[in-house]
Amino acid sequence: MIIHHPLLGPRDASEFVYLGAATLLDRPDPQTATPDDWHAYAYLRDNPAGPHRELWFHEGGDRSWLVVTRDTTTHEITDVALARDVALERRK
Amino acid sequence: MTQINRLQGGQINRDRPLKFMFDGKFYQGFEGDTLASALLANNVRLMGRSFKYHRPRGPLTAGSEEPNAIVELRGGARREPNTRATTAELYDGLVAHSQNRWPSLAFDAMAINDRFSNFLTAGFYYKTFMWPKAFWEKLYEPIIRRAAGLGALSGREDPDVYDKGFRHCDLLIIGAGPAGLMAALTAGRAGADVILADEDFRMGGRLNAETFEISGQSGADWAASAVAELSSLPNVRLMPRTTIIGAFDHGIYGAVERISDHLHMPDADKPRQILWRITTRQTILCAGATERPIAFDNNDRPGVMLASALRTYANRFAATPAKRIAIFTNNDDGHRTARDLQACGVQIAAVVDTRPDAALSTDYQVLRGAQVIDTKGRLGLTFAEVKLADGSERTLECGALGVSGGWNPNVHLTCHQRGRPAWQDDIAAFVPGGILPMGMRVAGAATGALSTHQALVTGKEAARKALGLKGRAPKVADAEDMPVNMTPFWYVKGTTRGWLDQQNDVTVKDVKLSHQEGFRSVEHLKRYTTLGMATDQGKTSNMGGLAIMAELAGKSIPETGTTIFRPPYTPVPIGTFGGRMRGTEFHPTRLTPSHNWAKEQGAVFVEVGNWLRAQWFPRPGETHWRQSVDREVRQTRASVGVCDCTTLGKIDVQGTDAARFLNFVYANGMAKLPVGKTRYGLMLREDGIVMDDGTAARLEEDHFVVTTTTANAGKVYQHMEFVRQCLMPDADVQLISTTEAWAQYAVAGPNSRKLLEKIVDADHDISNDAFPFMACANITVCGGLRARLFRISFSGELAFEIAVPSRYGDSLMRKLMQQGEEFGVTPYGTEALGVMRIEKGHAAGNELNGTTTALNLGLGRMVSTAKDTIGAALSRRPGLNEADALKLVGLKPLDPETKITAGGHLMRADGPVDAAHDQGYVTSAAFSPAMNSMIGLALLKQGDERLGETLRLVSPLTDLTISVEVVSAHFVDPKGERLRA
Repeated sequence: MIIHHPLLGPRDASEFVYLGAATLLDRPDPQTATPDDWHAYAYLRDNPAGPHRELWFHEGGDRSWLVVTRDTTTHEITDVALARDVALERRK
Repeated sequence: MTQINRLQGGQINRDRPLKFMFDGKFYQGFEGDTLASALLANNVRLMGRSFKYHRPRGPLTAGSEEPNAIVELRGGARREPNTRATTAELYDGLVAHSQNRWPSLAFDAMAINDRFSNFLTAGFYYKTFMWPKAFWEKLYEPIIRRAAGLGALSGREDPDVYDKGFRHCDLLIIGAGPAGLMAALTAGRAGADVILADEDFRMGGRLNAETFEISGQSGADWAASAVAELSSLPNVRLMPRTTIIGAFDHGIYGAVERISDHLHMPDADKPRQILWRITTRQTILCAGATERPIAFDNNDRPGVMLASALRTYANRFAATPAKRIAIFTNNDDGHRTARDLQACGVQIAAVVDTRPDAALSTDYQVLRGAQVIDTKGRLGLTFAEVKLADGSERTLECGALGVSGGWNPNVHLTCHQRGRPAWQDDIAAFVPGGILPMGMRVAGAATGALSTHQALVTGKEAARKALGLKGRAPKVADAEDMPVNMTPFWYVKGTTRGWLDQQNDVTVKDVKLSHQEGFRSVEHLKRYTTLGMATDQGKTSNMGGLAIMAELAGKSIPETGTTIFRPPYTPVPIGTFGGRMRGTEFHPTRLTPSHNWAKEQGAVFVEVGNWLRAQWFPRPGETHWRQSVDREVRQTRASVGVCDCTTLGKIDVQGTDAARFLNFVYANGMAKLPVGKTRYGLMLREDGIVMDDGTAARLEEDHFVVTTTTANAGKVYQHMEFVRQCLMPDADVQLISTTEAWAQYAVAGPNSRKLLEKIVDADHDISNDAFPFMACANITVCGGLRARLFRISFSGELAFEIAVPSRYGDSLMRKLMQQGEEFGVTPYGTEALGVMRIEKGHAAGNELNGTTTALNLGLGRMVSTAKDTIGAALSRRPGLNEADALKLVGLKPLDPETKITAGGHLMRADGPVDAAHDQGYVTSAAFSPAMNSMIGLALLKQGDERLGETLRLVSPLTDLTISVEVVSAHFVDPKGERLRA
């Protein structure tokens, strides 16, 4: 696969390490979170046949965490963003 | 040396005769031959025995789709089984052996299987060898494995090297037949960056095998001039002897280039093969088409071949399997073979055409509406039995029979992304359909357009579209444009032992049986009969099997569907996938800066997370590792020892929010760590399990250096970057790994300060008052060299860790040894390090095993409840805080002579010994010189409340049962007085 890094352009997937669903960005607020919220965050994942937002780490590159939207049935990648930008956007 | 079946002409170099050996006999061929063409020229048709029935077999094809002529090439460590004689390029001194026969190819004792063929039908093994179950592994499988199967590996190390490489282009063209060459010329002339790959050693595809002309030139000459023009273009890269094995995601293709397979042995410094990963924007697949056979009784005799293969052998290789040949066809293309062979002086016994209205010929006899129903000849074809249109039978004397059942476009690569091919009625074959791999177009015979004219036109058009070329297209050269005229005909009615898959010995009868037994899906048919599962992956057999299955089910072929094509297109040696990653090159080996010094000392090394670390340093007279390790421990505790700890992960953390960041990453508080101090740090995963531990040193207000365990360095760094970028995106903090930048040494023991005082520059006071336990500082050593000093201890002794830039590591180590002579300094390795940390009760990798919590390790109180940190919330869940939670304890055997084994389980002294009554398990064990006994660390239920209890330590696997006493994990200096000295 080729991942279009927002800063570095098209890069081979072998430069990256895969982590999992991008829901890991949605860490519960410790002030308000219930045990169920924590359980869902740590353990529960969707397994979609289709677009999937997921985290890739550019370990063999600039060490950016990316949020990659990949179709799990075709491997088509429709969007790539810096995870930091996504995380900052969520705070607004 | 005779080549009695050698014809005139061909693209072989008669000036370069080549001597070769097959099954111990010498033969001669020419440069440009394949092993198969040279053997045929020498009147050798028998080249192998079949997989199951051990029937005599000769080549069916002249290409990579070959199911039968599978031989063993070369000898010794270079022995290469299962090589297709039809693609093996002849070289001087080539040695080949037939396979799957004993004692000889002509007399094979296992051919007895053929007599029992009535029993050995589809599913035979599944039905027969089911019971008794225990017999399978011991009896059935070894016998079946010996009887069946192909060639054997040499069992020796491959002396050749294999490489991997990356290539990039605008346009990848797969196949250098007329379509591929035309596409390459169009794109190359337009200046595009082109790679043209072809599996053959001579580019041109069918043009080399046919007699028709392009613009008045012979096809082969036209191909040669096209190749000459392409090689003159700097933007075109020609890759002959290169098979594209798979179409992967996003325009990535796998390719195997056979660099040295056509040589006796690889040239010096050249690999045998290269596995390329080609990344391309656009691709044109010009893979051509493969002729398919017709099934009839005994159609697997040596001499029965695809008609087009006979043409290839005659036109390209000037070789023929026999001087008198018959043709069996359902289409006009079979007649082309007859004409070509006749032109070469081969006698045509007859053309048996299944079509009642087939055109007659004045040059040879055509038997219209006739079928070949059987063949004769023990080790090769002598007669073909023909049933004529009127029902009468006739025997044709012939040494070869060319069979043509039509052509199948080579759609394989179009399906590697799960695209399904579409059915095209007029050629009765599957053509590319569905969604093709990204950026792929198809041209030439692979599309189902089977004429040379169509190949040139579609090749040109595909290249123009791929590159977006505008303007008027130049006209293509004149070439043959014969329409396809065929009537589908898959098998002769009434045949039972008509072979479909010759390599796996699957007959028409097997397909019928599998249908009868209820296997309706084509995927089930394949697995039950093994149709198409051999090394040729059914390139010549799948369609026949499908057609019969469709007929039996009363469905059309497209309704029946196809199996899925998967990479690789043709078999790839495992060594090619391995490339250079063999033996010690399997992964990188990391060496510390003082590695050479350690080697000079005779250190024994151990691999830790790709690093080589000194395990112990044997001294003269020491015959057992324990002697060395015990000495290193005793000497360190008595005076001073030095250990290379460079391999620990080091991460530099800087920024105004560095303290806030670390306070979040570590479970214990880091925010208030003063400048000049170091603190133990415990890192949890978000699920509350311990991830890693290390130290954090605050060198400046906004500058920390943290360490990780050697094995987890990469993982922890990745985690910290995740926290920084994804969970604290607004924090002002930057991370960088400095593991390789600093060489770091632990200097431990009561004399460690005295030793360091001789190294550290005088203006840095490292006395206990000025530089107490857990202090850290930027210092200089040896007269101005910048260094970092940490007063931390893993051994439990007064100890320091000193770090210098990597390039000074070797010198520092030598200096420490030299300056330490007066104290009797000893280097110590990872074993002594391990013994001392067990004596001290420090948790390490064995305890941080991915299941343990801070509570288990006796560090529960470190997890701050006052702040939000990674893993804190879930570490408080009830399941991890049961009253009988495991706790870290020490163990001592009641009899100091007995051995404690890590991994052993703990049971009550008087209770039952079973999993239900398990009390915990031993994580680490060592001989403690300080205790003069084996000791261990264990995770024990409610361990902290059970000090003094006697337990049984059992290891059923090693038959161990001993009595142990539960003690504090801190065997040495429990109050920590030595650390603070």
